[in-house]
Amino acid sequence: MTTSIHVSVGQVAASLVLVAIAALISRWRGTDLERDIGIATIRSIVQLTAIGYAIKLIFETDSIWLVLALLSVMVLFGALTARSRAKRVPNAFWPLLIALAVAGAATLGLVVALGIFDPTPRYLVPVGGMVIGNAMTASAVALNRLGDEMVDSRGRIEATLALGATARQAALPTVRRSLRSGTIALIDSTKTTGLIFFPGTMVGMLLAGADPTDAVRLQLILLYSLLGSVSIAALLATGLAYRNFFTAAQQLREPDR
Amino acid sequence: MLFDLDDVGLVRSGSRVLASISAVIPEGATAIVGPSGSGKSTLLRLLNRLADPNEGTISYLGRPLAEYDPLKLRREVALVPQLPALLEGTVEFNLRYAAELAGTTPDLSRCLRLAGLTADFAGRDVSKLSVGEQQRAMLARALVQEPRALLLDEPTSALDHRARDAVEATLAQLRTELAISLVVVSHDPGQARRLGDWAMRLEAGRVAACGKVDRALL
Repeated sequence: MTTSIHVSVGQVAASLVLVAIAALISRWRGTDLERDIGIATIRSIVQLTAIGYAIKLIFETDSIWLVLALLSVMVLFGALTARSRAKRVPNAFWPLLIALAVAGAATLGLVVALGIFDPTPRYLVPVGGMVIGNAMTASAVALNRLGDEMVDSRGRIEATLALGATARQAALPTVRRSLRSGTIALIDSTKTTGLIFFPGTMVGMLLAGADPTDAVRLQLILLYSLLGSVSIAALLATGLAYRNFFTAAQQLREPDR
Repeated sequence: MLFDLDDVGLVRSGSRVLASISAVIPEGATAIVGPSGSGKSTLLRLLNRLADPNEGTISYLGRPLAEYDPLKLRREVALVPQLPALLEGTVEFNLRYAAELAGTTPDLSRCLRLAGLTADFAGRDVSKLSVGEQQRAMLARALVQEPRALLLDEPTSALDHRARDAVEATLAQLRTELAISLVVVSHDPGQARRLGDWAMRLEAGRVAACGKVDRALL
């Protein structure tokens, strides 16, 4: 696959018209999101441009250590970002960091071990970015739900502890619902892929002139990799984070006021 | 003594909830009374280690609570909270769940009857029960664990007079049939007199009186 397309700065600038539409809708309907839309646009330009040059450098040097460094930074920022969505979970950072690191390492390790991709920067960087990004979103959703449910279900959880249940037993229904919340969005989008929406990788390959069969096959590999990584991340994040709501004596901690 | 409290204090979120509580709770039926916010429910939670005090020591049957495995203790000293909080599913599921935790093989019909419910409640979905029925199901769930003592937090707070009288009759029956000790939190001194041999009166987190019910609630 040697096809590539050239996208000019002018074309990117033209697409900003759609951002302006989004800002105008926000202003017209009073949703007060204009500032956020502006920040999101600027950040996307700066961050993607920076990562573009970083990836170019990594591809040119062909160093696996640089790949690992980049993926580690992604895991770190992913955990920090997801933590801000899980404010009601005490000390959510470490469960998130572990969840993203393990999900990323396990998924990339498996796709390389199974011979799906070569262990080269050209594959590991984009696939790693997708895996870690989706794992971050799933973990954030799962822990956001966990935080809300642990507070809302406090009475039932404590009543279960009062029967002599362990913290794990008392939190099990809550953890199960949170895990479901974290993974259901990707499962639903996988169900409807090709019918209601075209995934980004496939669209990108088709735009770049790739054979549609190749584009579909690569997209399927990525979708299944994401399903695996999202499930691992949400499982680890919820399975580690619920413990932070309890003391060693199997007591529910007082919520922060 | 069932419980012995020695200079117990608790500070929560920077506010003092309990202070210098020294009192005994004997076997039998004890009522903990006091106005709202006096620390009654908090004290009850300390008795089966749903929380631990910051100061002082609570002993159960002569041994400090901290020396007990909290899970075993909670199966022996069962707490029934003020608000019903059953697990999703049927009454029978809830009872069997509690029995499995305690390792007991309960007679479900008997436990339901002791809690003032008929045997046909076993198959009912808990979400379809009235608050009073849920409170009774909570009591039945505690009874399947065959506890030595029952801690009841305002067991009639959500009930009308008729239902309240029925629950009080149930508790009196429990004492005679099972020889179980009761510690009942109530804001109603009348109920404390009807149910308790012993009473502890709390005011603003401190013991205002403790002793035989007639003396403590003068």
